Amino acid sequence: MTQSQTPDGMWLRCDGCGEILYRKALERNFFICMRCGHHFRIFPEQYIKIILDNGLKELDSDLAPSDPLEFPQYREKLAKARSKTGKPDAFSYGKGKISGRPVVFGVMDFRFIGGSMGSVVGEKIARSIRLARNKRLPLIIVSTSGGARMHEGMFSLMQMAKTAAELGLLRQAHIPYISIPVDPCTGGVMASFASLGDIIISEPGALLGFAGPRVIENTIGEKLPKGFQRAEFLLKHGFLDMVVSRRDLKETLTRILSILWPQKQDESGTL
Amino acid sequence: MPQGWLDFEQPLAELMERIDELTAIGAKEEVKRLREQVKELKSKLYSNLTPWQQVLLARHPRRPYMLDYIERMVTDFVELHGDRAFADDPAIIAGIGKINETGLAIIGHQKGRDTKEKLYRNFGMPHPEGYRKTLRVMKLAVRFGLPILSLIDTPAAYPGVGAEERGQAEAIARNLREMAILPVPIVVVVCGEGGSGGALAVAVGNRVLMQENALFSVISPEGCASILWRDGSKTKEAAEVLKMTASDLLKFGIIDEVVPEPLGGAHQDWDEAAKLLKRAVMANFRKLALKSAEELVKQRISKLASVGVYTR
Repeated sequence: MTQSQTPDGMWLRCDGCGEILYRKALERNFFICMRCGHHFRIFPEQYIKIILDNGLKELDSDLAPSDPLEFPQYREKLAKARSKTGKPDAFSYGKGKISGRPVVFGVMDFRFIGGSMGSVVGEKIARSIRLARNKRLPLIIVSTSGGARMHEGMFSLMQMAKTAAELGLLRQAHIPYISIPVDPCTGGVMASFASLGDIIISEPGALLGFAGPRVIENTIGEKLPKGFQRAEFLLKHGFLDMVVSRRDLKETLTRILSILWPQKQDESGTL
Repeated sequence: MPQGWLDFEQPLAELMERIDELTAIGAKEEVKRLREQVKELKSKLYSNLTPWQQVLLARHPRRPYMLDYIERMVTDFVELHGDRAFADDPAIIAGIGKINETGLAIIGHQKGRDTKEKLYRNFGMPHPEGYRKTLRVMKLAVRFGLPILSLIDTPAAYPGVGAEERGQAEAIARNLREMAILPVPIVVVVCGEGGSGGALAVAVGNRVLMQENALFSVISPEGCASILWRDGSKTKEAAEVLKMTASDLLKFGIIDEVVPEPLGGAHQDWDEAAKLLKRAVMANFRKLALKSAEELVKQRISKLASVGVYTR
């Protein structure tokens, strides 16, 4: 784990309670504030570490975006995001194991242009779904995104339909898909694959919704109440199965998979 | 100044007013001469539209809306209401009817014409129950073997408190997934504004068409301008960079066909616009009628699967 991939510095201030926390201790605690339980935003590297047994065997890691609209400042933005994350775009996927069970696992990176979905993210999500269907492996995707990527115009919007369509086929094949939208997840990602899990799990305090809170405030002309669009709010309104502490995430996934998908090995034999 | 016309259309609007006046007093020769002028002026005004003028045309206050097309294209229309869970959403119309004696289900957005109706229709911006109504009616169509026609015209899915409480994101996502696998022919036509997820939620089809002056976009030019230049007034520049017109999207392979409109746009002649729309829709349904349910689903999904531009 490099410095640039997590909140920087030896000491970090908690956004929840203002407490100053020692970074190493925080890391040992899944980046959950020891005092108030606030879940810090974490990135793909940490999710892979927390959820998978022995890391991710990544696929299509070289799939890279282009600039079909020749959109102002897009190439510069991509270059910057790439140097920040070391990745060509905002989604990684591949095979991995959860408590010994093989799965297809995917995770978004909010640092990469706000985790926005353009052609590459959409294509790789679609491929991860197809892989799960072809190999008959459960699919788990951790989503965090501001929505469709404006800079690729309609190519981005269509990725919503593309990913949802693939999930239609996965569903018909009776293979489980567990969606884990985390803070923040809004717009076109929430309005496509992130909302379509057989089971949907989030973390405490995560901001999840269709429209961003500022857009809603501008539309209705008033301030939104505290807790609006937070994970607990979605749970109350029936749009999440559960809100789980990051500490219990792997254990929860393991339990669910042991019931929905009791076979230890995929049907082709080895992973 | 004649009402309901765009600034750049004013010379045309004035000419048409003059024709009305002269017709009233029976000045036939003069009217005939002016009608020739109208034709010339139209081809001059509308032949080289800027992207921003295209936006204005797609949002034209005189542009026909879904119910105007239904009135002209569909017989025996029966509107169906409600999502059976929460409410009926007037921003979305759903129903069954016939075109040329062929039964079909029809869904789409409805904007309002006057202030009162605009408010009632929420400016064509649906709530989750609107999308759930369309899905209910589409599944009804499947049970009775009816093809589905979807007419798109919305600025956006409504971004409000109730919409979030009732799962706007979930409603859109579910529509996208279910429309992809429905075993009946689906023809989609973007007739006015194709505003982002709010439009896409009813725009998954075997054939996706756009009227000549319609738009389909990931974000409104206003939204794009305020993000890109932090200046909501730079809408003209945003309209250019977003590539949201029918001709752009046909070139990109994102839509399948452009439906012609009467010279100067659908608002000039609703009957003619409806005739052209009906012709295009039925030609597409005829082609799709030859496909099996399995082929329809496969074709719809592989079309989506091919959308995207990337490199290695």
